[in-house]
Amino acid sequence: MTAESSTREINVDYLARVEGEGAMYLKLDGDEIIDLQFAIFEPPRFYEAFLRGRKPSEAPDITSRICGICPIAYQMSSINAMEFAADVEVHPQIRALRRMLYAGEWIESHTLHVYMLHAPDFLGYESAIELAADLPEVVTHALRLKKLGNTVMTLLGGREIHPINMRVGGFYRTPTQSELDTLVEELEWALGMSEETVRLVSGFEFPDFEMPYEFVALHHPDEYAITDGRIISSEGLDIDVSEWTEHFEEIHVEHSNALHCRLRERGTYHVGPMARFTLNHDQLTPRARAIADEVGLAKGERNPFKSIIVRSVEIVLACEEILRLIDEYERPPEPWITVESTDSVGHGASEAPRGILYHRYEIDPGGLIADAKIVPPTSQNQSSIEADLREFVGPRTQMEDEKLKWQLEQAIRNYDPCISCATHFLDLTVERVN
Amino acid sequence: MTMTIQTKPKLAVWKFASCDGCQLTLLDCEDELLDIVGAIDIAYFPEATRREIGGPYDLSLVEGSVTTAHDARRIKEIRAQSGTLVSIGACATAGGIQALKNFADVDEYIAIVYAHPEYIDTLANSTAIADHVEVDLELRGCPISKHQLIEVIDAFLHGRRPNTPNHSVCVECKMRGVRCIMVAGGTPCMGPVTHAGCGAICPAYNRGCFGCFGPSADPNIDSLRDIWQGLGMDDPDLVHALRTFNTYAPEFKEASEKYDG
Repeated sequence: MTAESSTREINVDYLARVEGEGAMYLKLDGDEIIDLQFAIFEPPRFYEAFLRGRKPSEAPDITSRICGICPIAYQMSSINAMEFAADVEVHPQIRALRRMLYAGEWIESHTLHVYMLHAPDFLGYESAIELAADLPEVVTHALRLKKLGNTVMTLLGGREIHPINMRVGGFYRTPTQSELDTLVEELEWALGMSEETVRLVSGFEFPDFEMPYEFVALHHPDEYAITDGRIISSEGLDIDVSEWTEHFEEIHVEHSNALHCRLRERGTYHVGPMARFTLNHDQLTPRARAIADEVGLAKGERNPFKSIIVRSVEIVLACEEILRLIDEYERPPEPWITVESTDSVGHGASEAPRGILYHRYEIDPGGLIADAKIVPPTSQNQSSIEADLREFVGPRTQMEDEKLKWQLEQAIRNYDPCISCATHFLDLTVERVN
Repeated sequence: MTMTIQTKPKLAVWKFASCDGCQLTLLDCEDELLDIVGAIDIAYFPEATRREIGGPYDLSLVEGSVTTAHDARRIKEIRAQSGTLVSIGACATAGGIQALKNFADVDEYIAIVYAHPEYIDTLANSTAIADHVEVDLELRGCPISKHQLIEVIDAFLHGRRPNTPNHSVCVECKMRGVRCIMVAGGTPCMGPVTHAGCGAICPAYNRGCFGCFGPSADPNIDSLRDIWQGLGMDDPDLVHALRTFNTYAPEFKEASEKYDG
């Protein structure tokens, strides 16, 4: 920024507290936004290409490597697709175990984001490490809650990152009732602590900001959708997962190694906890609903900064659901069933912590993968993030550079963007003219 | 007190092409994390903090593989400002699963995934960190083991060699008391040729090892092939098993090329 130049410039080279590498570029002339781009520079890894020629049974282990934060989401969506292609349905208790494992991933991922990646913004700390120096009890409790998510994943999945136990057709090994019962005491503690988390974060200061999002989420008739469901939206979309391609399209834009996903009819849409909370509000578990009501979080909330409250409510829900499913558990007769298909197409979707994750596979006559398509939640939210940034900057162009930069980073972190997933993302640059 | 802070060694965590899982392993050390940050100053770790302290750094943990010309230059700059450099995980030690593109035509791969190939900058091969700079220690795994990561940091802080054995997963099965699922159970298993470190998780879950930690010291893949053939697993099955997260680890690469009919 110089006196002669009419350009005002702010730079953040590498967005912190997100998963992966991404950047933002903002150019301002006085109060006018000249250009705004949200870019993903995480290098491409070409999963969809090297899945070709692999066996359907390999897809869960291969695609889980797209993301170390939400590997279960990748495993689940690919498994759904392969079971769809073979037209098989697994035992209800296998489905229950998958929901428990997935809820464990929600607890781990949401707690990581709420306390370690997002809360420091609201409290004015660079990181949870500095936060720990002033509020050690908060961070200790956060780590214990996060650890519980990992304990659930380790028991049911074999390990926290890239679990090994879930497979097409079921699990390699199902747990005994007494193994699951070892989780109960800590889950009951976590249920209380996650309610405290909702109370804590709902006391943060939120910018006055709302967006007219079209929410898109999975919906299941019997439960708050996690592992599977139909795709519905706040504008009346209600389709089977197999109808994805007819309603959604991916666009490759120059500034990003991630593909932007749009609704063919209406463009930008929003997936993730806020979408799920509004669209599946009737299916909140009793204590999740009670704590949301207590802190005044209502169906239809469209302030993205309040996503931190929604994530915390979903931790409550995840703990309640695991406890319920342990209580109702009966070890299934077989850990897995054989799933085979040839010359078929499989579609699968599940609710990753950040939103819908869609997979589609074509299986060739020899039973190998001929084509793969993977649409992660951050690709779907990328247009929504850019729209938020534009709208947020509008009335705040006079804000001092450092403060504006931090708030824009925070606006991006509202989405808990997973850039490793979307690459196929953050360096933040604000350039000012005047 | 001020003196103590100034003398803490500085840690940096760097990312190249990867899934973030190995650096997440550090944040997954829930019981040890506050002790670790008490002993070492996290000077650069963008996944966890906005705070950036300039180099040089005493210990650098490097995740991910090199896949772009920019990253090939960046790793040299990181080496220059790092005292001890440890590459962590299958991407950093062997090129990762993205090294599967090394066997293919990269332009064809770009065309499969992206509508505008001209927007994409990528090298023909995905390569390990040690292919570009001198590495002081390689920590294997997809993902790395939390216990081994803590061992490496603890060893660094105490100036000793870390204890990360290079024997096979078979040894870990014996230590864990797991019955051999291949010999006794008839399930194909990569354990005899796979580097230890995970603690034999898969066999304990009634699943054959699928090679997350890459080749063990002197793996006898020819002998594994004989056993697999006895279990009805042909060469294409073996080649698939070798071509996953450690596909470009020399021993796995050579064997997969040898048996790729």
